[in-house]
Amino acid sequence: MSKFLKVTAAALVLGSPALAEEKFGLGRPALPEEVAAWNKDVLPDGRGIPEGRGDVFTGEEVFAEQCAVCHGDFAEGVDNWPVLAGGFDTLGDKDPVKTVGSYWPHLSTVWDYVNRSMPFGAAQTLSPDDVYAITAYILYSNDLVDDDFELSHENFADFEMYNKDGFIIDDRAETEYTIWSGEPCMENCKDEVKITMRASVVDVTPEEADEGADGAMQGHSEGTVEVAATEQAAEPEAEVVETAAVAVDPELAAAGEKVFRKCKSCHQIGEGAKNRSGPQLNGVMGRTFGAVEDFKYSKVFNAAAEEGRVWDDESMSAFLAKPKGYLKGTKMGFGGLKKEDDIAAVIAYLRSASE
Amino acid sequence: MDDALKAPSRRAFLKGSAAAVAGSVAAGAAVAAEPDPLITELQDWASSLGEGVDETPYGLPIKYEDDVVRRNVPWLTADPISSINFTPIHALDGTITPQGCAFERHHSGAIELSKPDYRLMINGLVDQELVFTYADLERFPRENHVYFCECAANTGMEWAGAQLNGVQFTHGMIHNMEYTGVSLRTLLNEAGLGAAGDLKDKWVYVEGADASSNGRSIPMEKALDDVLVAFKANGEALRKEHGYPVRLVVPGWEGNMWVKWLRRIEVTDMAVESREETSKYTDVLADGIARKWTWVMDAKSVITSPSPQSPITHGPGPMVISGLAWSGHGQITRVDVSKDGGMTWETARLGRQGDTKALTRFYLDTEWDGQEMLLQARAMDETGYVQPTKAQLREVRGENSIYHNNCIQTWHVKTNGEAENVEVS
Repeated sequence: MSKFLKVTAAALVLGSPALAEEKFGLGRPALPEEVAAWNKDVLPDGRGIPEGRGDVFTGEEVFAEQCAVCHGDFAEGVDNWPVLAGGFDTLGDKDPVKTVGSYWPHLSTVWDYVNRSMPFGAAQTLSPDDVYAITAYILYSNDLVDDDFELSHENFADFEMYNKDGFIIDDRAETEYTIWSGEPCMENCKDEVKITMRASVVDVTPEEADEGADGAMQGHSEGTVEVAATEQAAEPEAEVVETAAVAVDPELAAAGEKVFRKCKSCHQIGEGAKNRSGPQLNGVMGRTFGAVEDFKYSKVFNAAAEEGRVWDDESMSAFLAKPKGYLKGTKMGFGGLKKEDDIAAVIAYLRSASE
Repeated sequence: MDDALKAPSRRAFLKGSAAAVAGSVAAGAAVAAEPDPLITELQDWASSLGEGVDETPYGLPIKYEDDVVRRNVPWLTADPISSINFTPIHALDGTITPQGCAFERHHSGAIELSKPDYRLMINGLVDQELVFTYADLERFPRENHVYFCECAANTGMEWAGAQLNGVQFTHGMIHNMEYTGVSLRTLLNEAGLGAAGDLKDKWVYVEGADASSNGRSIPMEKALDDVLVAFKANGEALRKEHGYPVRLVVPGWEGNMWVKWLRRIEVTDMAVESREETSKYTDVLADGIARKWTWVMDAKSVITSPSPQSPITHGPGPMVISGLAWSGHGQITRVDVSKDGGMTWETARLGRQGDTKALTRFYLDTEWDGQEMLLQARAMDETGYVQPTKAQLREVRGENSIYHNNCIQTWHVKTNGEAENVEVS
């Protein structure tokens, strides 16, 4: 670590006169329970990991429930979501595939990240055993362990990742700074200059830039804002009509809210709900398929919309049980709800949350 | 230069600018043929009344500036909740970035954390583990500093080649604000570092309160140097999207370390090697080996105008070429500008001497002859470092990097004033 110790001023600080500064007596001692609640990071040598265990078999189930909607059943990644498996020996290729298996140097990082930051939209809801199981399954999906592998606090620190030796500490001071310094060339620096590449050929610049600048050149239009406001105002009315027709069991809806956590990484519902990876779901029950403005639906959804198909208990139950089976070609990556009770609860929640 | 290439842009605003160029050329030496009605006719605003005070208790820019906003590049990320957008640097001048258009990067969305609900914990290898409220923080001695915050991925999409046609998108993952806060050194001293023993191999792990639990390990030397626990930016409270009520400021180092909604500071005896400092924010070299702990943002500059979103809208004659320069190693000492793709350079004027680890504005007050230009800027900092070309970077690092692309940028300005992002030999 000596490379950043060369700054003498800072080295003086480390020499500790600054640490003799007076204290202000502010703040209060942290209680052990408080430190335990927040101090959850796990160090590369395994310090900080709670006791527990989970095997590949369990991990496959938990992964399918909690992770597969974004990362795919086999950790292959849905759409732009991270790929977690494969990519071995591609790091030196053009466009390397950096996965947990091919790139991550420490197992602690996997456990720690799953434990503290996942699932997306429901972080810190997994039990330690579930985190062990998911981690074991991710290792299995990378062919780093066999299918009978169990990960626990006992064998955790011994596990070595594939790319553990794949990192060096920042060496720019030696490899770059010494070369790129001194008085630069000011005249006759090259014989000729040719354009070798143009951004317009790739053409990936967002279109909104055009619209915005258009507005500036052609004069401001206030119409857009008003139209958007009207559309939003119209939405709740339709919901009232729908919810009035079906009485919702509050207990069932409350159970549904819990199940809905699985949906939350892609769908919003309730006041101010917006489209995300999936459309917002306000008033979805009783509405035609594919009816949310400004959401880009899959072809199969657009076809269903044209047929005028409507979301009712029957269609929603079938869809939630097996999305890709019910509407082949849907972009929704979720594998489906296995329990009928969960499906009924979510439907009740969809009704209640739209109120 | 290849003039035979077809005009690439169907952008309306560029057509507009081209027309403006034609108009001013026709007008020649600016002799008005007829009286200007904006002067000779009574205008409504010169006769009737405007808005009273309090019409807007907290003001936004006037509607004519409503295109000066953050924008994102939807194909970059899977979801806008864990994503990034870009500061409209093509339309700003000076150095301070207004908070309302300063780029955002969230890993689990921008949360709403109130001051009464805010707690900051210091734990680990300290003499006394402590909890502070927001009010506690305001009772420590405060400092003011201007610093740039640049995402390590700024210009990252340009490694493989010229991709995005706008300086907002190529260089807009940056902002520059005046922060008010308490030095991290003061807070660590309050908890006491005696328990940490020899500080040379110690670390500080910092963590946010949002669902991403974003955390980074900072070597103790930096933690005791210039890191700030900030609660105000540009004089007012931090915005929600920038970590209200408290964020970390890590001057000169990559933006990911500037943890927002800061809730915990842990003194450790090793780096945590969290997800954001292993699988992300590491740099794969050509041989597949990756650099880690590449924290400092090296010197970099870019011309913000003219640029693809800010074309030349006048004819030949006096013009200002303007841009930004910055270095995570200290002050910017010099910026050179080239109009011919790097064959010859002239030294630009600095708007004023830059602060350390803050944006510096530069200007080249010059004459445009109406001909094509290949505009480049090249920054130098107080260490003597000279901003490299993309070819130089690739020679050392290969083409598989994402982060820390501080190469010299080229804009191809055409005879009609339009500019395009290009790569040159």
